[in-house]
Amino acid sequence: MAQAFTKEMSRNIFYGGTAFFFLLFLALTFDTHLALPERDNRAALDPATERGQLIAQGKQLWEENDCIGCHTLLGEGAYFAPELGNVYTRYGNSKEAIMGFIKGRPKDGIPGRRSMPQFNLSDEELAAIAEFLQYVSEIDTANWPPNIQG
Amino acid sequence: MTFKYQSQAVAMPYFIAAIGLFVAQILFGLIIGLQYVWGDFLFPEIPFNVARMVHTNALIVWLLMGFMGAAYYLVPEESETELHMPWLATLMFWVFLVAAALTVAGYLLVPYATLAEITGNDLLPTMGREFLEQPTITKLGIVVVALAFLFNIGMTILKGRKTVVSLVLLMGLVGLAVFFLFSFFNPTNLVHDKFWWWWTVHLWVEGVWELILGAILAFVLIKVTGVDREIIEKWLYLIIAMTLITGIIGTGHHYYWIGTPEYWQWWGSVFSALEPIPFFMMTVFAFNMVNKRRRNHPNKAATLWALGTAVMAFLGAGVWGFLHTLAPVNYYTHGSQITAAHGHMAFYGAYVMINLAIISYAVPILRGREANSEKAQVVEMWAFWLMTVSIVFITLFLTGAGILQVYLQRFSDNPLSFMVVQDKIELFYWLRFVAGVGFLIGLVVYIWSFFIPGEKTAAEMPAMEAQGSERGAVEAAAG
Ligand code: HEC
Ligand code: HEM
Ligand code: HEM
Ligand SMILES: [Fe+2]
Repeated sequence: MAQAFTKEMSRNIFYGGTAFFFLLFLALTFDTHLALPERDNRAALDPATERGQLIAQGKQLWEENDCIGCHTLLGEGAYFAPELGNVYTRYGNSKEAIMGFIKGRPKDGIPGRRSMPQFNLSDEELAAIAEFLQYVSEIDTANWPPNIQG
Repeated sequence: MTFKYQSQAVAMPYFIAAIGLFVAQILFGLIIGLQYVWGDFLFPEIPFNVARMVHTNALIVWLLMGFMGAAYYLVPEESETELHMPWLATLMFWVFLVAAALTVAGYLLVPYATLAEITGNDLLPTMGREFLEQPTITKLGIVVVALAFLFNIGMTILKGRKTVVSLVLLMGLVGLAVFFLFSFFNPTNLVHDKFWWWWTVHLWVEGVWELILGAILAFVLIKVTGVDREIIEKWLYLIIAMTLITGIIGTGHHYYWIGTPEYWQWWGSVFSALEPIPFFMMTVFAFNMVNKRRRNHPNKAATLWALGTAVMAFLGAGVWGFLHTLAPVNYYTHGSQITAAHGHMAFYGAYVMINLAIISYAVPILRGREANSEKAQVVEMWAFWLMTVSIVFITLFLTGAGILQVYLQRFSDNPLSFMVVQDKIELFYWLRFVAGVGFLIGLVVYIWSFFIPGEKTAAEMPAMEAQGSERGAVEAAAG
């Protein structure tokens, strides 16, 4: 009676439960990848197009300047500076405005205000980042963020 | 000498380096905490993002160092045999430490884009994603260290006694290495990138790391309570069963708003809402075992850390996690200060504290005594309370900031812009900074406790044996 629930039983729950739910997770992962083409705006990424190449370059610039270390992108990253997943719409669907903002950052920051570095990007690089941010804004995010302020 | 297997001593440098990096982590935490309210502090020399990656990467690396130290200490004892290759463990320590130091130097000395260029990020771009900022070669270095480590630990377990504790630890460590491999996968498609990024980040902290946590906690509890191994092992299996049953599909709580299908709002909400269960079980388990103890181990501080881990992990991961995990709530709180509040208490409660628990238990033994002097323990327990209360306040202030942020920026009829809102909630960030200074003071007290003479005084010795200390009794019999 004292042995009603044994160590072997809890071990079996562990192995069985883990295996079952991991397989279920794999199945959901598979299904997600089937559904993604409708949602992830991959048409924009076609490497055969100039836009696709620009976005790829933009994503790499995004990474190599660690923009995620201050900003969130679709709600993930750091919480020090504005969400950028929808900055394209916030800036009135204007890539020029985004490029202008990044280009215009003062080298020594703004006294007393949270500051964004001057990255000294070329016009081509700025265009790539802006194109990347437009692509992100066109991903179907189930209506997130709740409003334009991100 | 009080430790049984000579090779357990290789754990010591890992623990020392872990604490060193812990100090760096907190100093940089204070820098970014200050930059929150004093925007151009240290700008442009150390921009926020750079200091932040030092803060988070130092955290992760020191936790890994601590896990490795824990494994090198615990596995020989559990396996009742010497470590397979002690020299390899020492060598890998230096490789790991030098790689970490070079990486931090790279962060601080050159612009990140330059670091990416000189480390050949072009060849295999993996940098510039949260928590995975390390240059690709550093990541490869981590893989090498992890493989050597797993080989060493695995061989030791193979040739010795196989216990549930060491088996669960090994599964956790293998999982850690396997899921780290997803950090090398960085497709252009942002949704794919984010989807697989969580296989490293979520499946670490809410999956395999919990196995490591459970195993170390079980080990410390076996040692300090003397409770029958069978009972502890049964609990351990049940806890980690619940962890993975809820936590694997619980990954879905990160798949609500990143372009993934909407059914994740159901899968993620339901399964992650159950994730607090294993943490709750851990708390019940730890208190139960201590209440049922069959010996009074003289190391009170280690027992306190073990109990503290269970409670704070439940609060930080379980309660603060649950707070924002349901999709309709997360819609508003996603990527806000609420996330940061939870991140702090969960990381501290679960992974910082379990490391400090095993350090508290093992280091006195590695220094040749069963436990530290009363005085050293009292100081260590002060440090426990100072750090723990500080993190509670950091969490509460960030939660306050988060609630206001969510309301003003996302919920009210006239949503304000991000920067305007940040200005309005500045007070909470000042308070967080003050609590952070409290944390640093706690950390200084903690380090001080290592320098207090640790030998039991003659007056304390007989009292210890009268308490029926197992080891004391064995030694007395042997003598
Ligand atoms: C050191 C922190 C930091 C880094 C790194 C950083 N930013 Fe910023 N960024 C900010 C801050 C702070 C603001 C808000 C500035 C203000 O309002 O005065 C901002 C604002 C912006 C804005 C305008 C957002 C809005 O809603 O007004 C854009 C666009 C932007 N950043 C793009 C980028 C890109 C692209 C990168 C990477 C190349 C980047 N940022 C890297 C701190 C940073
Ligand atoms: C052991 C104690 C600590 C732990 C475990 C810890 C952990 C973390 C983690 C995990 C993050 C990333 C959070 C996320 O992405 O949600 C983070 C970010 C941060 N931490 Fe800490 N931290 C600790 C102490 C501190 C202290 C003492 C301070 C300063 C007062 C601090 C200030 C910050 C700040 C400002 C951020 C950046 C938040 C952002 O992205 O905007 N931390 N910390
Ligand atoms: C010890 C275990 C845990 C740790 C260390 C931890 C840590 C973290 C960290 C650092 C983040 C921020 C990630 C980022 O920067 O984007 C995060 C996010 C999150 N965590 Fe945890 N967590 C733990 C357990 C849990 C549990 C058990 C739950 C649910 C009950 C939970 C729910 C969440 C949710 C919903 C988010 C996303 C927040 C957002 O949308 O911004 N966590 N966690
Ligand atoms: Fe998670």
